Amino acid sequence: MDDMAPTVASTDNLTRVYGDRVAVDRVTMTVRRGEVYGFLGPNGAGKTTTLRMLLGLVRPTSGSAYATSPVGALIEGPGFFPYLSGRANLRTLARHRGFDDAEVERVLERVDLASRADDRFKGYSLGMKQRLGVAAALLGDPELVVLDEPTNGLDPAGMADMRALVVDLARGGQTVLLSSHLLAEVQEICDRVAIIHEGRLLHEGSVAELRGGVSLRVRAAPEDEALAVAMRLAGDDGVARTPDGALQLALRPERAPRVVRDLVAAGVDVHEVTAVERSLEDVFFEMTTHHVTSPTDPSSHHTTEEVPA
Amino acid sequence: MSTTAATRPTAPSARTGAVTATVRSTRAELLRLRAWPAVWITLGAWLALSLMFGYLFTYLSYTTGDPGFADEGTTREQQLAELLPTAVPDVFLQGMPMFGGALMMVLGALVAGSGYGWGTWKTVFSQGVRRGPAVVGSALALSAFVVATLLVTLAFDLGVSLVITASEGHDVVLPSTGAVVESLGVGFLVLETWALVGFALGTLARGPALSVGLGLVWALVVENLLRGVGQLLGWVEALTEVLPGTAAGSLVGALVGAGEGDGTPGVLDTVPATRAALTLVAYVVVALVLSAALVRRRDVS
Ligand SMILES: Nc1ncnc2c1ncn2[C@@H]1O[C@H](COP(=O)(O)OP(=O)(O)O)[C@@H](O)[C@H]1O
Ligand SMILES: [Mg+2]
Repeated sequence: MDDMAPTVASTDNLTRVYGDRVAVDRVTMTVRRGEVYGFLGPNGAGKTTTLRMLLGLVRPTSGSAYATSPVGALIEGPGFFPYLSGRANLRTLARHRGFDDAEVERVLERVDLASRADDRFKGYSLGMKQRLGVAAALLGDPELVVLDEPTNGLDPAGMADMRALVVDLARGGQTVLLSSHLLAEVQEICDRVAIIHEGRLLHEGSVAELRGGVSLRVRAAPEDEALAVAMRLAGDDGVARTPDGALQLALRPERAPRVVRDLVAAGVDVHEVTAVERSLEDVFFEMTTHHVTSPTDPSSHHTTEEVPA
Repeated sequence: MSTTAATRPTAPSARTGAVTATVRSTRAELLRLRAWPAVWITLGAWLALSLMFGYLFTYLSYTTGDPGFADEGTTREQQLAELLPTAVPDVFLQGMPMFGGALMMVLGALVAGSGYGWGTWKTVFSQGVRRGPAVVGSALALSAFVVATLLVTLAFDLGVSLVITASEGHDVVLPSTGAVVESLGVGFLVLETWALVGFALGTLARGPALSVGLGLVWALVVENLLRGVGQLLGWVEALTEVLPGTAAGSLVGALVGAGEGDGTPGVLDTVPATRAALTLVAYVVVALVLSAALVRRRDVS
């Protein structure tokens, strides 16, 4: 995304304390116009609280939050009158904001709900309810749309529909701030991501930047000699042993022929060499395990285990 | 828009004027209230009750000559007088301090409180709708239903009375416009007070159930007990005089007459009419200001 694009939402050392629990802890982030910004974190990480402060629904304990106007949002599940149809629900929201009924029809089309718009909300499937929530957020064509876990509770088909909808919005130039606890989901559709864990922002950056490129996975025997070769090529810190006994080398895939040559020259049998792309999931686990693991207990790392020096 | 710890969060689109925003929110609330079965069930229940207590029992007693249906000690002439159109302004008001008030309180609590469980207030405020105007708009829409209730009740009572008059072969004498207007005014003040008290309770409790329960117990039981105790203890009596039920009952009592010992439940002569009316106005204002202040100050979750 364009680094120079105007800021549509930002927080500065944003903090919210509930009792003795710090729900959001000095979070600083920036959303720029035109991007799909992923806000990632496990349940309870502080995503919803951060978004609520951004929208002025919840008062910060300290720090500040800014969001452009107009902004539309779906926060923590769709909330509508169960006895009204989807269309009537949107019409009441349109009345609140001074929009006409044509605007309601536009957003109903946008989320593909026009054919069921006269059914009562309480009869909707969860996927339809979430789509109606997105439609509400789109009323008036806001500069920023905030979607808080819009795929929560959906079946795989519903999730795919919702992802397609967000991609579609992004193609139309809509700025989207999308929160999720599903890393795979955000990885596919976001330009930039922020990772939040236990209230703290662990990282903010482009998806590519976060994944930090690719690595080589090698299975070879005997393992000790393979390890020695690998460390010579990738450096002591560039090698990790995976739980299934393979080695992970922090090398670009172009180096694969060289790795194979050196291993064979050292008399090692090579069973497998693959280029592995680190997913956001890997990155996330690395970051969060670092965060929760005490220095004296390195054994609880999730996917990779560091080779003892 | 910018929110910091130091300033109250304001809605993103706080650009439009407060009056425009209030008018918009009133229209939005009218739209959803008029499609809500709970509203029509409440109004229907009130009409049925007021018809039953205002006309049915008196009529049965009058036609059968069996005094068991009506207040003891009333003559057939008195019964007939209550059934004729000239009595409509009084009959119309009789059930309002207690039963009408209780139903309006339920309605007010439902209107304000159910949006918390459904998450509709959250949805509204998430789109940058201003909180103060939204609350006032909701209360105005509720008030429109109070007015509609009064007009429908009046029309109903007049209709029934005219039918009875015609079927009994009496000349139709309509009540004076002044009497009708006065009754409408008093009825509005009484029902509006209870509706907004319910609205404030629903806002306070962020849900209809608790507020409906507590409100009904208060209006139907606690106030009556206090008034009973008040006759023995001076300081309790002073307290009961500022209760909404006492004020509503006294205002209606000043118009229809109370204290002969056989009056309708809730119709009183405890406080002078002017003081009663001012007390009710104070309740309306306080309930509205309290609701708006609560919604503006609290976090939306
Ligand atoms: N109104 C509240 N009162 C007390 N604690 C809260 C409240 N809202 C959120 N929390 C706590 O703050 C933390 C972050 O919650 P939340 O922002 O909802 O996380 P997420 O959306 O990432 O799942 C959680 O531990 C949650 O229990
Ligand atoms: Mg959440």
